[in-house]
Amino acid sequence: MIAVFINLFALILFIVSFYFNNKKSKKSLRKALFKGLGLAPQLISLIFIIGIIFAFIPPELIKEYLGGDFSIVQVGAAALFGSIMMIPSLLALPLAGSLIDAGASYTPVAAFVTTLTMVGFVTIPVEMKELGKKITIYRNVLAVIFALIISLLIGVFM
Amino acid sequence: MSEKVNLKKLIIKIIKTLFIWSFILAVFRYIFPARFDNAVSMSLRYAKEMIIIFPAVLVIMGLADIWVPTNLVKQYLGSKSGLRGKFLAIFLGTLPTGPMYIAFPIAAELLRKKASLSNIIIFLGVWASLKIPQLGIEIQFIGLKFSVLRFIFTLMSIIIIALIMEKIIDVEELEL
Repeated sequence: MIAVFINLFALILFIVSFYFNNKKSKKSLRKALFKGLGLAPQLISLIFIIGIIFAFIPPELIKEYLGGDFSIVQVGAAALFGSIMMIPSLLALPLAGSLIDAGASYTPVAAFVTTLTMVGFVTIPVEMKELGKKITIYRNVLAVIFALIISLLIGVFM
Repeated sequence: MSEKVNLKKLIIKIIKTLFIWSFILAVFRYIFPARFDNAVSMSLRYAKEMIIIFPAVLVIMGLADIWVPTNLVKQYLGSKSGLRGKFLAIFLGTLPTGPMYIAFPIAAELLRKKASLSNIIIFLGVWASLKIPQLGIEIQFIGLKFSVLRFIFTLMSIIIIALIMEKIIDVEELEL
């Protein structure tokens, strides 16, 4: 359903873009192709990893560590993992979805996704260099706190 | 010329990846023959889902890259303040334009040009977590309800964070 919508959206955008400037549009397709090829090895790995998660890790194990009722350790670990890792969300979101399919609860998965996108431990040096210590520290600390609140709220509403 | 070399490199990397995983899969098949079919069908299901959505997302990102140059973002975000500026910061942040490390220098430049701190923090926050094409992937793989909830709560949080930071931090004292 969403796939149909996104494909239609992309098609319409491309037709409009092509109408205004076909050279630019071709350039954008080339960019898309190269980005796709650059992403492909990771996507291929992800597809295999998901197969292995489903077939070889017993669902009870995933439920035990990522599922079940709310646990502070679980959510904290997911948030820490998300803050430290730097995975493009184009890869992290399918992975997160597969964990939910495999029996993980929404709260830890939400903690992982929100911290992954809002908090960037890895980019802190760049951020400090550009924006200074004060902005960087406040921004990331507040982001961790709010990411946890968001994941709890998502857990409540899902 | 360099593009051709690049293309070759990328394709070699893809082939290498396929080889490595085929080997790992062969080992798994040898150790767990019973579960092998299950793994393959799960992988194929996700592969199919990726194939139907990723090309479109990449095309949208490519188009945005061409039509929304960072200069345009700077120009618009630098000059508007107030509530309109906040909406603009949200809108510009959701456009599919590049990774986070591109956003920091833009933010710094705008702050030096006296853009309001809260708008810049909103822009950075939205840029990092609420990109439109990524939302499509999120809905496809996790679900619409999750995605809508995350969008609403994250947007509210980003605005609150921006307002808190504007209260606490005096931009005049910063050395940018």
